[in-house]
Amino acid sequence: MSLLDLTAVELSEKIKAGETTAVEAMEAVIAQIEAKEETLNCYVTFDKEAALKKAAEVQKKIEAGELTGPLAGVPVAIKDNMCTEGMLTTCSSKILNNFIPTFTSEAVINLEKAGAVVIGKTNMDEFAMGSTTETSAYGETKNPWNTAHVPGGSSGGSAAAVAADECFFALGSDTGGSIRQPASYCGVVGMKPTYGTVSRYGLIAYGSSLDQIGPLCKTVTDCATIMEVIASHDKKDSTSIARGDLDFTSALVDDVKGLKIGIPKDYFGEGIDPEVKNAVLAAAKTLEEKGAIVEEFDLGLVDYAIPAYYVIAAAEASSNLERFDGVKYGYRTANYEGLHNMYKKSRSEGFGAEVKRRIMLGSFVLSSGYYDAYYLKALRTKALIKEEFNKAFAKYDVILGPAAPTTAPKLGASLSDPIKMYLGDIYTISVNLAGLPGICVPCGLDSKGLPIGLQLIGDCFKEKNIIRVAYAYEQSSDFPKCPAASMTD
Amino acid sequence: MANVISDETIEYVGILAKLELSPEEKEAAKKDMASMLDYIDKLNELDTTGVEPMSHVFPVNNVFREDVVANPDGSEDTLANAPERRDSAFVVPKTVDS
Repeated sequence: MSLLDLTAVELSEKIKAGETTAVEAMEAVIAQIEAKEETLNCYVTFDKEAALKKAAEVQKKIEAGELTGPLAGVPVAIKDNMCTEGMLTTCSSKILNNFIPTFTSEAVINLEKAGAVVIGKTNMDEFAMGSTTETSAYGETKNPWNTAHVPGGSSGGSAAAVAADECFFALGSDTGGSIRQPASYCGVVGMKPTYGTVSRYGLIAYGSSLDQIGPLCKTVTDCATIMEVIASHDKKDSTSIARGDLDFTSALVDDVKGLKIGIPKDYFGEGIDPEVKNAVLAAAKTLEEKGAIVEEFDLGLVDYAIPAYYVIAAAEASSNLERFDGVKYGYRTANYEGLHNMYKKSRSEGFGAEVKRRIMLGSFVLSSGYYDAYYLKALRTKALIKEEFNKAFAKYDVILGPAAPTTAPKLGASLSDPIKMYLGDIYTISVNLAGLPGICVPCGLDSKGLPIGLQLIGDCFKEKNIIRVAYAYEQSSDFPKCPAASMTD
Repeated sequence: MANVISDETIEYVGILAKLELSPEEKEAAKKDMASMLDYIDKLNELDTTGVEPMSHVFPVNNVFREDVVANPDGSEDTLANAPERRDSAFVVPKTVDS
């Protein structure tokens, strides 16, 4: 058995028991990266020497008894929109092609304090805008299950790296599905926590009212364990919430008896691939057989989530991305006349097409004369969507559905039609609008051998409900390992 | 297509967005924005009269702190990221005509 077959929690136990070391674990990951990166391109930045040096330091602390936590010694990959002090952070954009942060994101600090060792930074859609990782300025990431397909996005590098054993787990960020959808496409576990649970300090903002950091990992146990480490109340993030009920691992119980699970009928209408539908409904059946009460219901307003989301996300993006102006960091155009020309040329040359498209849309919906008709209308729709979820959670503990309407599309098939690409986010986006937690767990393969994901949605602060259902499902399912993963020994 | 984006609108949005689009990009942006707005107009089917716009799902308040320096002096590292610097300053094109 290869070290790479271990989950994050299992690896740390073996390291602490002296059966292996943090350095050996990092060497195994590096060997896998060196074997697979040329094909998959999961990482934007990977510093072998620095990773090994950090692993050696952590190993000493473990041996000295200073690091005893469940992730001590475990190599982790970080999505490239989280600042890491001294390590290039590009957001997969040309405009940040040389940006070395002077501080580290709070979520990454929490991981490092727990003894996890950063391997490098994973590829993503530029500024997290996209659903395929193809808008990256540093080349697309390939799906490890079938390299003719996308890994999903925007946290596609993180999801693919987990599936291909190029790390033991990864952090991603989720603004409209950017953790759950690539988790679904790559056959890994991914979770977006309740808004405000993980600090956004050091996360380069896209849609601030929607962005949340969360784990991409091999099992639900790893997921709950990582969540306990990264969740924290942080005064440096004004939307960080001082909340309780953070002992997520206590929900790792194989028992769903009496739990009420609602399936929105609206999630299984037009546009869903029959193979996805069947796999997700089969998962619901499994949970029913284990004692959960499963019923269908009308969620309502499902079709309004995507248009509301794109107005809100684009508006926030246009504001957040104003800071990239070629003055203090990042790309500056070579030739310009005066300040404004320098701003415009730096931004126009530095941003890719999808980012420009969203900045333009955001600037428009916020402009005088359109603000009420578009931006405020979207915020009012968001309130109505939230109300629909409130009604649902008055009846159900968990909402169950797919994470995406299809399995991973082929490379190049999505970008030509933005609205078609946006429609792929239909099951994930409303969760961000309503601030809810959602988890994606693999629930089967389609006839092409591509993974299908099951999404479980909980009410705000009720992560433990979805972790419990996900764990119980995982215990009764047998999902295969990605073929690209089992190579190194 | 119900929405038509004029040259003037794209020009104006380009100024707001601080983006300089090539003629081809402008044409593409006009088309993209019109089709996005057609799609977004779906929201008009909903009666939102009397609904308060929800900017945050939880009540959020300003978080205040004392104005005390809490981080070390990172000015050298910060300046190291500057596209152009002179001593301890960022160099930018002339902003005010004298």
